[in-house]
Amino acid sequence: MSQSIFLTINGEARELAVEPYRSLLDVLRYEAGLTGTKKGCDVGDCGACTVILDARPVNSCLVLGVEAQGCEIVTIEGLQPSPERLHPLQESFIKHGGAQCGFCTPGMIMMAKALLDEIPDPTEEQIRFGIAGNICRCTGYTRIIDAIQAAAQEINRNNS
Amino acid sequence: MRRFEYFEPGTLGEAVALLARYQGRAQPLAGGTDLLVEIKEQLRRADCVVNIKKIPGMAQLAYDARAGLRIGALVTAREIELSQFILKHYISLAQAARELGSIQVRNRATIIGNVCRASPSADTLPPLIADGAVAKIYGPGGERMVLLEGFFKGPGKTSLEPDELVTEIVVPPPPPRTGKVYIKHGRRKAMELATVGIAVSLTLDSDVRIVLGAVAPTPIRARRAEALLRGKTLNDDLIEKAAKAAEDESRPVSNVRASAEYRRDMVRVLTSRALHQALDLAT
Repeated sequence: MSQSIFLTINGEARELAVEPYRSLLDVLRYEAGLTGTKKGCDVGDCGACTVILDARPVNSCLVLGVEAQGCEIVTIEGLQPSPERLHPLQESFIKHGGAQCGFCTPGMIMMAKALLDEIPDPTEEQIRFGIAGNICRCTGYTRIIDAIQAAAQEINRNNS
Repeated sequence: MRRFEYFEPGTLGEAVALLARYQGRAQPLAGGTDLLVEIKEQLRRADCVVNIKKIPGMAQLAYDARAGLRIGALVTAREIELSQFILKHYISLAQAARELGSIQVRNRATIIGNVCRASPSADTLPPLIADGAVAKIYGPGGERMVLLEGFFKGPGKTSLEPDELVTEIVVPPPPPRTGKVYIKHGRRKAMELATVGIAVSLTLDSDVRIVLGAVAPTPIRARRAEALLRGKTLNDDLIEKAAKAAEDESRPVSNVRASAEYRRDMVRVLTSRALHQALDLAT
């Protein structure tokens, strides 16, 4: 039996009907129609489903949809400042070759966003520690780390 | 995910009544990072999921110099990892929490969930046992307290009844001149299950506790090793003897992560290393 939940997704108030045994990941993809968040392993190992839930990065595959009642969620679709402009992290991933097949990229960028919100100017070690739960099979991580560092500089420049 | 009924009780009484009604077929949900995986992979039967997050008073994380540390059932591994008073007084617990899964997992996973899951390799159990932690348990008969050291009965098995909940863990305050260390040994730096985990809590010229993880069906105290050191002034020779005793007390299995022989070797090496580090911290 489904129940209604009220939540905010990417700044927009939504009401969704969810069954209690559906993950937040499935609710985002199939009920909210936001397919940018990817399903990789579905058991919390790969990080492809990372979203920001009440200001904290989580694996949306390990949260029940019903638990998101009253919560504020940001997904990759909510990152662009306007439809014409990409977020500095998105720009930087393109510029530095941080995305290859692209499947890990939304989760990787959401984790990077959460990391930079907490540590505006992270060291390489802090970035590696931060993205330890996001697996990428293509890039070997070096370009992802370059992209996050460059985005951090860009964001700090814009904020100063 | 297999279907289940879902409840969000507002009180502990309602929660344990639900658990009792389903007689072992109901599972409490806190962080969900183990439970939802086990439901998806059909490792655990859950006809009913009882979300305990709406019960007031369970999110408390507090430290008092006399009463010690209180960790509520909803406190996450990430909160433990970042808490200033835990970094100061319970550093080995912070070190263990930091080793658990990823930041995304630690933002959901609870310490008490890690305890109730009772994995032999669980990172937070050795430091909690080494610090003399006590679990506060609520059930239909009321409340009881259990020393965590006696709580674990085997892999995934504890003395918790199906209609009971661990509501809080209480950890005594550290005596002066105490050093604490948790060392995790694995094949990679992150997203790893411990091959061996060693916790030491050492109070200079007084007490010492050494707890070995991932080398027996439950975390175990290395009691003979502790006895060699208790009340003594530690030196290299004594530490090596204790490390060898800990190796002899470990009862590891061989599995995909390491052979029993390798684990025993690492118990000796890491017990020695942890004792040296704890000694430096205590001095």
